[in-house]
Amino acid sequence: MAITSPERLWWKQPVCGQEKLWISIALVWCIFITAIMPYWHFFGKQNPSQEYYRVSPVKYGAIVDKFTAKHKVGEEAGIPVVDPPPGDIFIAGSQFVWHPILKLKSGRTYRLHLSSTDMVHGFSVYPMNMNFMAVPDMDYVLTIQPDKAGEFFIICNEFCGGGHHTMTGKIIVS
Amino acid sequence: MEDFRVCPATGLKVHKPAELLIKINAVTAIVFILIGGLMALLLALTKIPAIHLLPSDLFYRFLTLHGIAMLVAWIIFFEAAILYFTSAVLLNCRLAAVKVAWLAYGLMLGGALMAAVEILIGNADCMFTSYPPLQAHHLYYLGVILFAVGAILVCCVFFGTLAVAKHEKTYEGSLPLVTFGAAAAAIIAIVTLAHGAIIFVPTWLWALGVIQHIDAPAYRLIFWGFGHSSQQINVCAMVAVWYLIAAVTVGAKPVNQRVCRTAFVLYILFIDIASEHHILVDPGFSAAHKAWNTGYFMHLAVLASMIHALAVPSAIEIALRKKGHTQGYFEWLKKAPWGNPSFSAMVWSIAGFGFLGGITGVTFGTEQINIIAHNTWRITGHFHSTVVAGTTMSFMGLTYIVLPLIFRKEVAFPKLAKFQPHVFGVGIWTMAIFMMFSGSFGMPRRHWDITFSDAAFSIPFDQTAMMALHIFGVGAIIAVIGGGMFVLVSVATLLIGKDIK
Ligand code: HEM
Ligand SMILES: [Cu+2]
Ligand SMILES: [Cu+2]
Repeated sequence: MAITSPERLWWKQPVCGQEKLWISIALVWCIFITAIMPYWHFFGKQNPSQEYYRVSPVKYGAIVDKFTAKHKVGEEAGIPVVDPPPGDIFIAGSQFVWHPILKLKSGRTYRLHLSSTDMVHGFSVYPMNMNFMAVPDMDYVLTIQPDKAGEFFIICNEFCGGGHHTMTGKIIVS
Repeated sequence: MEDFRVCPATGLKVHKPAELLIKINAVTAIVFILIGGLMALLLALTKIPAIHLLPSDLFYRFLTLHGIAMLVAWIIFFEAAILYFTSAVLLNCRLAAVKVAWLAYGLMLGGALMAAVEILIGNADCMFTSYPPLQAHHLYYLGVILFAVGAILVCCVFFGTLAVAKHEKTYEGSLPLVTFGAAAAAIIAIVTLAHGAIIFVPTWLWALGVIQHIDAPAYRLIFWGFGHSSQQINVCAMVAVWYLIAAVTVGAKPVNQRVCRTAFVLYILFIDIASEHHILVDPGFSAAHKAWNTGYFMHLAVLASMIHALAVPSAIEIALRKKGHTQGYFEWLKKAPWGNPSFSAMVWSIAGFGFLGGITGVTFGTEQINIIAHNTWRITGHFHSTVVAGTTMSFMGLTYIVLPLIFRKEVAFPKLAKFQPHVFGVGIWTMAIFMMFSGSFGMPRRHWDITFSDAAFSIPFDQTAMMALHIFGVGAIIAVIGGGMFVLVSVATLLIGKDIK
């Protein structure tokens, strides 16, 4: 029994055929699911980005402010709206807003820089349901190509303080 | 030899000081599941859109407390009881260093209470993950550190007892499988707690103002080295408990101990390393690194679970067939002791961990799939399948064994006890499945207001997802009732249960 010491020489007992079969199937399955990640990485169309840089929250805030001032075309719900050309674009999570609101063009490629000026925030795009982390001290670069026009919302899905549930943002694709 | 009594049911010599420690740790665990369960009820009533009970600040505060009371206190106090049981009792041995074991208990209790009080008075609204730069009061971190030191001491006492048993030759040959599994859990615990110290001590100093800056990405990496591996203690302990319950309730004997033990070794070797599926969509790591960590290492640990997934049910089937239930493929299953709450809780646990928790865990741990699951309610549904439908259910099942064996009381309200696992199981499965369902629409976790009434943009969540929240709520309430039945039966057994002579 499992609660008493095993019989002598338990380690010499041969593994029976059924057990061998099951373990083999399980092993093959595990190898298969392990192989999927690299496979997907090379042949799939959507992978988490591996591009990131160290940046202090203060510096990132300044970069975003400069970017916002340069491309600002309006304001919505008190949040600046920017209409930048394809290339490097920036978004920051700050307690409790995602700023600026980005106007993008479908079919063009952007390098979206994502970081935080204070706490750790969760960057969740609704309704597509894509999720990345905005971590202070790190500039996370996501290369994106919007393929559908419309309004996309950003939800913060990492607890970042008392107003966490009010933290939203927007991306407009035309 | 007055320190020992002989168990009339099993003939085992039971060390009385060990017995007392098992009792006190188990009772404390049950007090914490009561606290956590109360919080669970309030959280669930807030998440049901039609009720939305708590104000936002209390929601986040109670969510933090729910995490600490359940995931840390309930689970680890119970594991301390398991470690003492599988060492001193199963090995017929005295517990090494009884005073240290009491010190460990004091540290754990003091630490847990300190953290809980800090949370309740509003000094630590930071969730149990406490990601910096979000900062709690320094006493909160100190509480967690004291708890962890206590837990390390528990592991030391466990290994000390194994050494004493070996030295005093209280058992013959090798360790029983259950003790071996518990030892695997204790090894993982020590590694994990070391990680915890590496990250919590500087964070505590930071809250005290001694250190200026905690690197947020580094914290997340090391925290999950601690946080996720600590879940593997639970997996390991849960599997050991499956073997234990199967042996006690139907006399199951594992087909091949070499296979089972190798599987436990696989846990020790690989599961500890595979913790980066929490940070798959974080900046800071290359894809190759993530794939290696969460692919290779995690899946070798998955292999171990697959082995146990055959070994435990096959041992049960063989034992029941030996009892004469040999007709067809499934007579043994029909004639299984379903009325025994230990047995039924174990079956719920195996099924819940395997089908709900394990499969979703492996799926969400894939780098690309993680993009659509990370920090949504899918994750919350996943870990309520593993740590609640799996670990918590197996511990409930073990409680029904420990009550007569160690507390020497007949289980009170046996009818209620008989239904308890089924009520809790149905509730938790419903709740977890519909958490995952609404999460698949992008429903965020740790979120007070899914209607976004105070936000800049009120995001129109899919009606189906909102509907799922109500079904989740029904499941959650059933689960709370099932949990309440468990606490009621346990406490009633202690207070008014008939003594077993
Ligand atoms: C009666 C059963 C239970 C119910 C109804 C319940 C309900 C909930 C709810 C509604 C949440 C909030 C999810 C969110 O909004 O993000 C939650 C979170 C959580 N629960 Fe439970 N729960 C139960 C039992 C347990 C148990 C037994 C454990 C652990 C052993 C547990 C561990 C957790 C953890 C770790 C969290 C996450 C806390 C965080 O995000 O910081 N729960 N639970
Ligand atoms: Cu946020
Ligand atoms: Cu947030």
